Amino acid sequence: MKIIVCAKQVPDTNEVRIDPVKGTLIRDGVPSILNPDDANALEAALQLKDQYPGTTVSVVSMGPGQASYMLRECLAMGADEAVLLSSRAFGGADTCATSTTLAAGIRKLGKYDIIFAGRQAIDGDTAQVGPQTAQRLGIPSVTYVQKIREIKEGSVVVERALEDGYEVIEVKTPCLLTAVKELNEPRYMTVSQIEEAYKKEIIVWNENDVNLAPEDCGLKASPTQVFRSFTPEPKGKGEMLTGTVNEMVSALVAKLTEKHVL
Amino acid sequence: MAVKVIDAKCKGCTKCVKACPFDAITMQGKLADIGPSCTNCGACIEVCPFDAIVKEDEGKKGVDISLYHDVWVFAEQRDGELMGVSIELLGEGKRLADEIGCKVCAILCGENVDHLVDELYEYGAEIVYYANAPELKSYNTDAYTKVIYEAIVTYKPEIVLLGATHIGRDLGPCIAVKCGTGLTADCTKLDIDPADKKLMQTRPAFGGNLMATILCPNHRPQMSTVRPGVMSKPERNPGAKGELVKLEPAFKEGDIRMQVLEVVKALTEKVSLTDARVIVSGGAGLGNPEGFELLKKLADRLGGVVGASRAAVDAGWIDHSHQVGQTGTTVKPDLYIACGISGAIQHLAGMQTSKLIIAINKNEDAPIFEVADYGIVGDLYKVIPALLEAIG
Repeated sequence: MKIIVCAKQVPDTNEVRIDPVKGTLIRDGVPSILNPDDANALEAALQLKDQYPGTTVSVVSMGPGQASYMLRECLAMGADEAVLLSSRAFGGADTCATSTTLAAGIRKLGKYDIIFAGRQAIDGDTAQVGPQTAQRLGIPSVTYVQKIREIKEGSVVVERALEDGYEVIEVKTPCLLTAVKELNEPRYMTVSQIEEAYKKEIIVWNENDVNLAPEDCGLKASPTQVFRSFTPEPKGKGEMLTGTVNEMVSALVAKLTEKHVL
Repeated sequence: MAVKVIDAKCKGCTKCVKACPFDAITMQGKLADIGPSCTNCGACIEVCPFDAIVKEDEGKKGVDISLYHDVWVFAEQRDGELMGVSIELLGEGKRLADEIGCKVCAILCGENVDHLVDELYEYGAEIVYYANAPELKSYNTDAYTKVIYEAIVTYKPEIVLLGATHIGRDLGPCIAVKCGTGLTADCTKLDIDPADKKLMQTRPAFGGNLMATILCPNHRPQMSTVRPGVMSKPERNPGAKGELVKLEPAFKEGDIRMQVLEVVKALTEKVSLTDARVIVSGGAGLGNPEGFELLKKLADRLGGVVGASRAAVDAGWIDHSHQVGQTGTTVKPDLYIACGISGAIQHLAGMQTSKLIIAINKNEDAPIFEVADYGIVGDLYKVIPALLEAIG
């Protein structure tokens, strides 16, 4: 089998810094990690590689040059190759434009059986790029995959999580599956794998390498635009009750009764 | 670059229609027409015997937005029942439609769910677009995407709203790419710009640390998903009527590439946090799983349900279905009692629009007190029993 994993490097902290002029995020200087759901996507691919000899796993990511550190981590976990789609032209992309670029990179990688992606990235929480990439490639997608039940000839059977249970879906391959954290427990890197990972090259492609015109990438190809970003105002601080436990409770009950909540 | 048909050279042979992997090409009379789901892949260029299709530079991106009218709400149904968020969106959709000066409509997919059409009218839909087919009985990504995409191309809504459920967050991205438009996920606020009537979509990012207002200026429809529980349900107006537009879904071999073999309902008791009037939530401060039994007593007494912070869920004290917050459920009950929850920003993002918030915490500096209407600094194992006794 040939498996492709879509991964994203995301900021590790909840400390957000914003460019006051452009209203966009400043990513330099913030420690970065492999997006947690994407680690589950990679683990799912590596488990299939363990199970089916001859399987190869390629990781593809769109991002700035520093995302190659994250890709090296993917190699150290066991991926065979890693591709970084990186160019100034890709900057400012919304989910729509990101999926165009990822799909172009995946097409260049050639034939594949399954693409795994994380359900969503912790910086944007949109959960859109996975299914959008599948649409661009003209393949079916299943989101929120919590279990892979069976790999068949020409299809896979998976469990898709719902709010109140799950559904069992058989989907034709090639297909794209997005992983939730319940799917597996991502493995750790070993020292020897880390050494191996540093012997490999991270392939870097720009828009020309994947046959995209600059106007089909990044900000120019993004239907949505950030009009403004702002930090939410905290709700005004309420009233702190004082006294003994019984006094505070009596005061609370009186307030709630007055407001007809009780 | 865009793929275009040179009308003068097109002979109407339909070879490109069959060759298109994305069903983007249709015949308009005797000429091929390339629709919005075109990905510029160029498959049609290769098969055209008349060199009538070319890739060329295009000027300004986007569509003629003046052709698009009305606000659509995806009426999500499961087992023949409307999801609460779809009703909430009809209320919100109506408000937006009034500001623009257009209609609010619902698009309904299912098999023999005619009874929902009246319900949609009663919650404010002026037009219901209804696709009735066995393939649409329960949600299927390919089938729903095809039907709704075709309806959008035909009827051209300017706004499409979907609930940010596991289904809406699956369907939205697929439709948006096919329509060549943008999609803003998990919006918490929608407004119409009074100047140009464009939709202003506000959503949290970075775990609620940052809010962003997003526009989709040159593409249509403007699409948003909205989390359940964020908007208020409109009043039901019994007997209200509207216009029914029946869609005629047709599927051919290869259109539907996935099949739902089985739907399994969770064995654990269903916690409907979004519909709850009262939520009593516990966090790390409980110290042990047994603490939730005490919270359950208080919740039962108040006619509410038990919620939890991520810390309590991650500790394995309670099931994930109880989790309130950015990665759990967004809630807006009449009364939210936070017990032993410090108030991480991700938790606050999921509950701070509750009508009345009470926080009980040992640490007087806990951020939860910043959003609480009433705060009690103390041991929850003393405060809650006292509260239970006081309310009898």
